[in-house]
Amino acid sequence: MTDALWYLGRGTGVMALVLLTISVALGVAARSGEPLGPLPRFAVTAVHRNSGLIASVLLVGHVVTLLLDPYAQLKLIDVLVPFLGTAEPFWLGLGTLGLDLLLAVVVTSLLRMRVGVRGWRAVHWVSYAAWPVSLLHTLGMGTDAATPWLLALSVLCFVAVAAAAVYRLTLRAEVSR
Amino acid sequence: MTTLHIDWTACHGRGLCAELLPELLATDPWGYPIARTGGDVDVPAELHADAVTATKFCPRLALRLRAR
Repeated sequence: MTDALWYLGRGTGVMALVLLTISVALGVAARSGEPLGPLPRFAVTAVHRNSGLIASVLLVGHVVTLLLDPYAQLKLIDVLVPFLGTAEPFWLGLGTLGLDLLLAVVVTSLLRMRVGVRGWRAVHWVSYAAWPVSLLHTLGMGTDAATPWLLALSVLCFVAVAAAAVYRLTLRAEVSR
Repeated sequence: MTTLHIDWTACHGRGLCAELLPELLATDPWGYPIARTGGDVDVPAELHADAVTATKFCPRLALRLRAR
């Protein structure tokens, strides 16, 4: 049982990073105002939203399993207040910070029709901090961080978001020319 | 019956609504939605759910459904 919690905690963390990466990359690319190749725009938006929501659910699993896991030594306060952890307070704190930021993004997005475009967009910019913080948390805290597969996955995540950013910036340059 | 109102000051012509509601909305050459019937769009009951989706997916929240 203890082993199950430990493996679930790690697995949900890794998959949350992958889905968060998909959501951020699509968000960056879709904001260009141009369709992504042959894909309908609403489909890109739908995958952006759903991958973000699934990442949040996985993140809840990640936190709850490791909170219950005796080996992780997480205290309840570490879930919301960063940099107070017992082991590796800095790398754990980055995870907590990422969770707090993502919470703000998800809540304002779910209430987007009420919050209005301005407030929602202002908070949505926080995603650009939440994603790199999550990636650093994975690399600094991850039990599997030294393994080739997680390193490769992290590089892939970075490349995906970097490619989306380059696509968006070059597209804007072309339009303004 | 509900009508669909387009807020032209908010609309940026991203075109998601016309993809989701092709029965009611066409796009002009710049991607801005045009009501196939002109003015506010009458939404028949069978398209109500699709109109709600289009409202929720507008990146600029420029669509409003109004009861009539």
